[in-house]
Amino acid sequence: MVRPIAFLAGLGLVFVLLFSLVTGAIAYISEPPKPTVEHEFHLHPKAVHFASDGPFGKFDRQQLQRGFQVYKEVCSACHSLHQVAFRDFKDLGFTDAEVKAIAKGWATEVPSINPETGEPATRKGTPADKIPAPYANEVAARAANNNALPPDLSLMTKARHDGGAYVYSLLTGYTDQAGFKNEKGEEILKAFPDAKTPASLHFNPYFANLNIAMPPPLAADGQVTYADGTVATKDQMAKDVAAFLVWTAEPKLENRHRTGVAVVLFLLIATVLAYLSYRNIWAGIKH
Amino acid sequence: MSFPWANHYEPKNPLMKWVDQRLPLPRLVYNAVGAGYPVPRNLNYFWNFGVLSGAALGIQIITGIILAMHYAANGAVAFDSVEHIMRDVNSGWMLRYAHATGASFFFIVVYLHIFRGLYYGSYKAPREMVWLLGLVIFLLMMATGFMGYVLPWGQMSFWGAKVITGLFGAIPVVGTPIQTWLLGGFAPDNAALNRFFSLHYLLPFVIAGVIILHIWALHIPGSSNPTGIDVKGPQDTIPFHPYYTAKDGFGLGVFLILYCLVLFFAPNALGHPDNYIAANPLSTPAHIVPEWYFWPFYAILRAFTVDFILPAKLWGVIAMFGAILLLFFLPWLDKSPVRSGNYRPAFKKFFWLLVVDVLILGYCGGSPAAEPYVMISQLAAAYYFAHFLIILPIVSRMERPLPLPNSITEAVLEGKSGATLSTSTQG
Repeated sequence: MVRPIAFLAGLGLVFVLLFSLVTGAIAYISEPPKPTVEHEFHLHPKAVHFASDGPFGKFDRQQLQRGFQVYKEVCSACHSLHQVAFRDFKDLGFTDAEVKAIAKGWATEVPSINPETGEPATRKGTPADKIPAPYANEVAARAANNNALPPDLSLMTKARHDGGAYVYSLLTGYTDQAGFKNEKGEEILKAFPDAKTPASLHFNPYFANLNIAMPPPLAADGQVTYADGTVATKDQMAKDVAAFLVWTAEPKLENRHRTGVAVVLFLLIATVLAYLSYRNIWAGIKH
Repeated sequence: MSFPWANHYEPKNPLMKWVDQRLPLPRLVYNAVGAGYPVPRNLNYFWNFGVLSGAALGIQIITGIILAMHYAANGAVAFDSVEHIMRDVNSGWMLRYAHATGASFFFIVVYLHIFRGLYYGSYKAPREMVWLLGLVIFLLMMATGFMGYVLPWGQMSFWGAKVITGLFGAIPVVGTPIQTWLLGGFAPDNAALNRFFSLHYLLPFVIAGVIILHIWALHIPGSSNPTGIDVKGPQDTIPFHPYYTAKDGFGLGVFLILYCLVLFFAPNALGHPDNYIAANPLSTPAHIVPEWYFWPFYAILRAFTVDFILPAKLWGVIAMFGAILLLFFLPWLDKSPVRSGNYRPAFKKFFWLLVVDVLILGYCGGSPAAEPYVMISQLAAAYYFAHFLIILPIVSRMERPLPLPNSITEAVLEGKSGATLSTSTQG
């Protein structure tokens, strides 16, 4: 009984699938899907190398400190970093005293209460605090940013494909929309006249829908002054802050690489031994 | 049960003798996975994947129990508690990546284990019960994997939960009440997260129980082998220990190397970046996709695009569940008396076509629901059902199998033990 029922069920499913296929194919031919402006003009992130890439990659601590400086002086005005605590900055090579000073001097204070009245208040940061957000809540953030919400940056480089390269490309990817061409040589406003970027947004081909609310944050070379003497070009600042955000997303990356190398070496040796004992045990058996 | 020539457990150590007389647990282990279990001498490396699946479950249970000590199943803090594990718990990053990568590797070895069974006819008499229990384990794994992916409470967690529970909404009349009942609300929220956590902790132990039944049922007829012919005498078998424990030890080493390479050097390669964004019911991701191990079934779900008597969505749900449930009938669909694909020339061609077909379905399932992926998955899904429900029953009746060797030992001595999947076609 099983096989006749199965045969009928199979025929039914195959028929409905082929019916769907033919219907879809007719629609596809009679009304081919129109290419979208995102499909034609969106760019994949630029190729960029970070010291932390690859199985032996380590953070470049000088660069992380520079990236932190860019975050602190530029990004932190709008973007929170709420998974990261001030104490974590010791990983960047800062001393206890420096971390304390960074926490104490942070532009936004930590929400607290007045110990006498219980009224809401703020206090200076301490190393144990997570980095305080620039806005009290989402409504405040949107109100200050033309109804756009600046996302938290803690995990940004893991929340996008090609994280570090994406951040770097986005920051350096602002360009004039008029005259922007894709690799086919088509001009965006000629191919898609409706795709004109609205006045409140900014054209950026590395952003998923090409129009981003954030104005170009790195506007000029020398916007920050690096303590280590590195020349703060826009490109350099973008690369440094991208490297910093790779660290904020995965502060244990170095431990992971180091542990991984040791574990895999151990397993290789153990597996060779296991193979030799397998051959030894099976030596007299034909199989 | 075992073959009459199986080794008998005779403890030499007085302590073990004392224990064995009062609780014959050492005897049980000896007969199950020790020298007391005679196994065909010609098993190839595809027979490693049962033990590897057990090892993967062990890794998941150990890492999972420790993760549960630090995780908080509450919609307000779940996402941050996972990041707390990644940043502040000692070696928490390793535990979490081991668990997330471990889930993928569990499915990899189980899929290979299932395809081994499909190729060598391991589902056929007298091993039907082994196959059926294996499918129960597979279903439990899918439920566990799905609920585990919800726990980090990222965007894909939330929207995956919404889409998958939404499938029950396709059932006529009672669909929406069932969906609400499953979620404990109208959309995934705290109630859903909490019950998923509870079940995600429970089901692995249910899986472990069904594995015991799976092995018990296997030990009644004993293991199959690449020739598919029955064991005829003592010369055909060798004791499980030390021969297959040694071989499994080597296989386990290779498995752990591959697993650790992904765990330590590409731990996020098998996940989706959107799950590093906290769940937001007001923002729908551009492409909602489940974990890769569900992709073939997700492609089947989305392949039904036209209402035909029933709504398209209901067809998709029926077909998706049917794609797994039909495997329960496989022992009665394929009636060929020959087990091993090595001796079934026509079956073998269709088998490899099925492998390619499932890979295509997987690729389409992970792609956006747009053309040409929908049309490709419609063709591939049609072949999937045709393969099991139409082609296999016909092939098993029409096909002329190649001559079988007289015994496992003869096959081994002639160097045709079927040690590889496809070279020994000449029988």
